[in-house]
This record gives sequence, C-alpha cells and structure tokens, in this order.
Amino acid sequence: MDNESAHTHEQRLRAALLAGLAGDGAAYHGFLKEMTAHLRAYFRRRLRGLPDEVEDLLQETLLALHNQRHTYDAAQPLTAWVHAIAKYKLIDMLRRRSHREQLHEPLDEHTELFASADLDAAEARRDLAMYLDQLPQQQRLPIIHMKLQGLSVAEAAAATGMSESAIKVGVHRGLKALAALFGGQS
Amino acid sequence: MKTDELVNMLASGNVGVEPHVVERRFMIGLGVGSIASVLLMITTLGLRPDLIEAARLPMFWFKCAFAASLAAASLVMVARLSRPGAPLGRAPTALASPLLVVWLLAALTLVIAAPEQRAEMLFGDTWTLCPLLIAMLAMPLLAGALWAVSGLAPTRLRLAGAASGLLAGALATLVYCVHCPEMAAPFIAVWYVAGIALPTVLGALLGPRLLRW
Repeated sequence: MDNESAHTHEQRLRAALLAGLAGDGAAYHGFLKEMTAHLRAYFRRRLRGLPDEVEDLLQETLLALHNQRHTYDAAQPLTAWVHAIAKYKLIDMLRRRSHREQLHEPLDEHTELFASADLDAAEARRDLAMYLDQLPQQQRLPIIHMKLQGLSVAEAAAATGMSESAIKVGVHRGLKALAALFGGQS
Repeated sequence: MKTDELVNMLASGNVGVEPHVVERRFMIGLGVGSIASVLLMITTLGLRPDLIEAARLPMFWFKCAFAASLAAASLVMVARLSRPGAPLGRAPTALASPLLVVWLLAALTLVIAAPEQRAEMLFGDTWTLCPLLIAMLAMPLLAGALWAVSGLAPTRLRLAGAASGLLAGALATLVYCVHCPEMAAPFIAVWYVAGIALPTVLGALLGPRLLRW
C-alpha cells in the first residue's frame, strides 16, 4: 500500500469509528471488522512463535478497543490510537505469559504441544459462554439481551425487569469485567 | 469463540458514547477530591488567621501561581497519558517550568539575603510538617485523579500514576496555600516541592496496580 492510499484508508476507518461513536452501529461494525483483519496481521507478524495466542490476543484487543472507545480523540491519528492499544495488549500478554511460564515451565511445554491443533484461525480458545457465566446476573443479562440477542435497551429492560439505566450500566460494566477476565486478572 | 461473533456482539445495541467523557471524568474525580481536600484542610488545619493581609503580598500570589501552573501542566500531562497514542508534546516542558522558576527565585533570594537570614528562609517554622500536610491534603485528590484515569486507557501505567500524584500534589498545595504561613521562596522551593513529590511517588507505585485495563 503506498502512502496516499494508506492515508485515505485511515481517513475512511476514522470516519467509520467517529460515526460509530455517534451511534451508527453499522459503521461501527464495519470499523471493527476491518480492524480485525489489520490487527490479526499485526499480531501474526509479531507472534510467529506463538500462533495460538494470536486469536486470543486479537479478541482481547477488540474488546479493549470497544471498552476504551471513548478515549479516542477525533483530532488524533487513528493509527496512533489503535497501535498504542494493540501494543499495550501485546506487551501485557507477553508479560502474563512469561510470568506463567516461570511458575510451571516443564508442564506447559507438553500441554502446549497438544493444544496447538488446527483450530480454525478465526476461533479463539476461550469460550464466551463460560466467561459470561462468571459475571453477576445484573451484568450477564443485559449483555445477553442487548449484545447477543440484539434487543433494544427498552426491550432488554422489559425482558429482565431491570431499569433502562441498569441495563446500560450492566452492559458497560459487564464488558469491562469480561475484559478483565480475558486478561486473567479476575 | 469466533472473532466474528465477538465483533457482532460488540457492534450490536447502543454503540454511541457521550461526548466529553474524558473531560467529565476528570471534572468529577478532581471536583470531589478538591472538595474533600478543602474540607480536610478547614477541619484539621484551618485558614491562616492573617489571610486577608497575606493576600495583599505578591509572595502569596506567587505561591498560588506556582501551584496552579503546576496543576494545569500536570492535568494536561495526565489527560494525554490517559489516551492511548496521544503525544505528550510540550507537556513535560510546561511541567518543568514552574519548578525551574521557583528554584531560580529561591536561589536568588538566598544569594541576596544576609547569611544569618538564610536558614530561616529555608526552614521557616514548619518545615517538618509542611510536606506531610501537603501529602495528607493530596490523598483525596490522588484518589479522585486515579479514579478518573482508571476509567480511561493509560498505556504507561507508572508514568500515568506519577502524573496523577503530581496533579494531586499540586492541587493540594493550592489548598494548603490558604493555611500555610510560610512566605519565603527557598522554603517553597524545597518543602512544597517535597510535599508534592510524596503523592507523586505514591502515584507511581500505585499506577501499575490500579490503572491496568
């Protein structure tokens, strides 16, 4: 990609994110999908020796992009923002990993040999349902209704008997808690 | 879990964010922290009895300006450190300037002063307490600043924690100015700065623990 098309590419992604921040779900979906491809390539290049970590880290980073999307400043280049988040998550994962390996080195090497089966590249090892189960009900239900079943705030409130603001807060806190669980810091 | 599913999940429902979340977070955190700090100062220390007369002296306003400019510069620093990939720009220079000015003024004052006055200018009457009192007044502000930053996305946690501590210390100094009777530049250059350094170090220690995301 030459410089100019990289520039227009960034402009387009940035416009999609800004539309998303203003509430346009479809634009935001497109933004996340493109980010997925870019970030996967980015992490693959940096984790040649750890191909199994790529998809997990990618999902962690997407969740972080989403949870921290309010920290994007429209005056700031989008690449700088995404890159800083991706790098932060990459370093965080490597640090956790080296810490884990110091604790049980010999065991890990064997199990890792078998863990690297030919899973679909787009599938992470973690299971969303299992993580959701660990969340308290007032966070789990709003996420299930709004984020997985696609109900509106009012519908989710009616379905759960929670107030609309409790639904919004529940989704917000639930996704934060999910990010913490993903990062192994529950 | 498939990544596409995660993306679908994240993009469904309400994805918009309210504008100025970052600014609002700092306003709430520092607002509550400031109120608590002022209440703490009034209940435990009290205003200096000669506040009205002191407010006529340039040195009183110099102290306030020193604390306020340090607070402003560290607020800019903290806000930038809270946004991933935001360049620090001139924020570190802006932070260093008030310190350099106060140190320069202190050095000049000491050089001009008669030798027997120098110790009094440096130690005043309250040097043993001053840094601790500033640090005490900084605690609610540090809590507020760390709360604000923890809802954002700092990527350099220790630095973000230190900058939060510096901000808390500078604001606490502003609060402390209306209590503290000391008016000599050398005193401020050493003991005020020591008082600000305490929450800064504490912030640097707490940052990596409290600011992870």
